[in-house]
Amino acid sequence: MDAASSVHREWLRYTPRQRRARFALYFGLVFAIVASLRTVQIIPEFLYDAPEQMADLFKRMWPIAWAYYPGGVHDALIETLHIATLGTILAIIMALPLGLLAANNITPNAWLNTFARLMLVSSRSVNSLVWALLFVAIFGPGALAGTMAIAFRSIGFVGKLFGEALEETRPGPIEALKAAGAPWPSIFIMGYWPQVEPAFWAIALFRWDISVRESAVLGLVGAGGIGMAINAAMDLFQWERVALMLLTIFAVVIVAEVVVTYIRKKII
Amino acid sequence: MSTIQTAQARPPAFLPNWPTRLAWLALAAYTVYATSILNITWDRFVLGLGNGVTFIGRMLPPDTAADKMALMARGLYETVEIAVIASALGILLSLPIGLFAARNLMPAWITWPMRLLIALCRSFHQVIIAILFVKAVGFGALAGILALTVASIGFIAKLFAEAIEEISLKQVEAIRATGAPFMNVITYGVMPQVLTRFVGFATYQFDSNLRNSTMVGIVGAGGIGGTMFAAFQKFDYDYLLTILIAIIALIMLSEALQNWIKKLYQ
Repeated sequence: MDAASSVHREWLRYTPRQRRARFALYFGLVFAIVASLRTVQIIPEFLYDAPEQMADLFKRMWPIAWAYYPGGVHDALIETLHIATLGTILAIIMALPLGLLAANNITPNAWLNTFARLMLVSSRSVNSLVWALLFVAIFGPGALAGTMAIAFRSIGFVGKLFGEALEETRPGPIEALKAAGAPWPSIFIMGYWPQVEPAFWAIALFRWDISVRESAVLGLVGAGGIGMAINAAMDLFQWERVALMLLTIFAVVIVAEVVVTYIRKKII
Repeated sequence: MSTIQTAQARPPAFLPNWPTRLAWLALAAYTVYATSILNITWDRFVLGLGNGVTFIGRMLPPDTAADKMALMARGLYETVEIAVIASALGILLSLPIGLFAARNLMPAWITWPMRLLIALCRSFHQVIIAILFVKAVGFGALAGILALTVASIGFIAKLFAEAIEEISLKQVEAIRATGAPFMNVITYGVMPQVLTRFVGFATYQFDSNLRNSTMVGIVGAGGIGGTMFAAFQKFDYDYLLTILIAIIALIMLSEALQNWIKKLYQ
C-alpha cells in the first residue's frame, strides 16, 4: 500500500493490552481445563457403574420411612431451625457494630474501617463447615457449636452488606438532626436507622434463608441438627430414613423461601 | 426506640410505635427461649473458652513437615481440579438449560420442566448432593465434580434464564426479520446482550465452586477437605491450622482473580 496516498486505519475494539490480557485469560482457562482433565484421578469403572449404583440407591431409599419422622426427625429438624435462627440473630448482634465501624461516613477513620473490613473478610472466607469443626473442638459436639458456626459465618455477610447500606444513606436527615442538637443515639435511631431499615430486614431474611440451608449439613461434622441424624442413618445404611430426612430438608427449604418472599413483600 | 424529650406543651416529635416495639420484644423472648431449648448455658460457654485456649495452643505452631506439606499440596491440587472441571461442565450445561428456561423465548412446555430441573439442583446443599454422588460413583474426585456441577447448574442456569428474560426483544425481532435461523437468532440477537452478565455469573460460580470443593472432601468426595477432616479427627490440630491457612490463601487468590476478570470485562 502506498503510504503517501492513503493512511491505512484499522479500528479495533480493544487496546493491545486488553487484547493480551484476554488472550492470557482464554489461554489460562483452556490450559486449566485440559490440565485438570488429564491429571484428575477418576476410576472409569466407577463411572460406568454409576447408573446401576444410582438405581440401587433409590431402590434402597424406597419405601420412605415415614413412621420414623415423629420419633427421630422432628426434634432434630426443630433443633436445626433453632440453630439457624439463633445463629442469625447472634450474627446480626455482632455484625452491627462491625458494620458501623466499616462504614466510612459513620466512622471517619481509615484504620478502624480497614480493621472492621478485615474482620468481615476473614469471617466470610472460612466456610461454615470449617467454623463448625473449630467450634466442635472448642465447645464439644452439639447445638452450641452449630449456632456459633452459623453466627461466625454470617457476621461477614451481614456486616458487609449492612456497612454498604449505611454508606449509601443520604446526609440530609442526619445534618438536620445534628443541627437540632440531637445526641448520637438519637441521630442513629432517627437519622440512619429509617434509611437502612428496609436493607437491614432484606439482609437479615436473606441470611436466615441461607442459614437454614447450611445448618442442615453442620451435623455432618457433629454440630447438631438434622445433619447428625442423617450421618447416623447413613453410617447404618438406613437409606429409607436418609430419604425421609432429605425430603424433610427439601420441604423446609421451600417453606423458608416462601416465608422469606412473603415477609419481604410485606415489609419492604 | 427512644423518644426525644421535648417541652411539656409540645407533643413528642416521634410517636412511639407499639407494634414495632412488641415485635422487638417477641424477638428477644424467642432468643431467650431458643437459647434454653438448645441447652446453651453461660457455664458451657465459659468452659468452651478455656477449651478454646487449649485448642489454639495445640494449633500453634502450624505443622510444616515435608511429607505433610506434600500431602496437602496434592489435596489442594485436586481441589482446584474439581473446581475447574465442575465449573467448566456446569457452565457448558447451564447455557442450553438456561436458554430453554427463558420464558420470553421458549414455549411453556419446555420452560416448565427446565425450571423444575433448576429448582431441584438448587434446593440441596452441595455437601448433601456430594453424599449422594459418593454413594453413586464411589469415593474420590468424580463425586465432587458431579456434585459441584449440579450446584453450578442450579445457580448459573437460573441467573442466566433471568438475564435472558430481561433482554430487549427488538434486536431479536430484527434478526428474525432477516430470516435468520434459530441458532443465528441466539448468537446475534440474544448472546451479545447477556454475555457480560454471563461472564460475571461464571466467575462468581468458579469462586463458589472453589470454596465448596475444599469442603466436599469431608464426605469423601475428593480434595483437601478429606485431608482436613482426617487431621481434625486425629486431633492433629497443628496440621489442621496449616491446611486452613492454605485454604484461606487459595480463596483470597481466587477472589483477586475474580476481580481481575471482572475489570477485564467491564
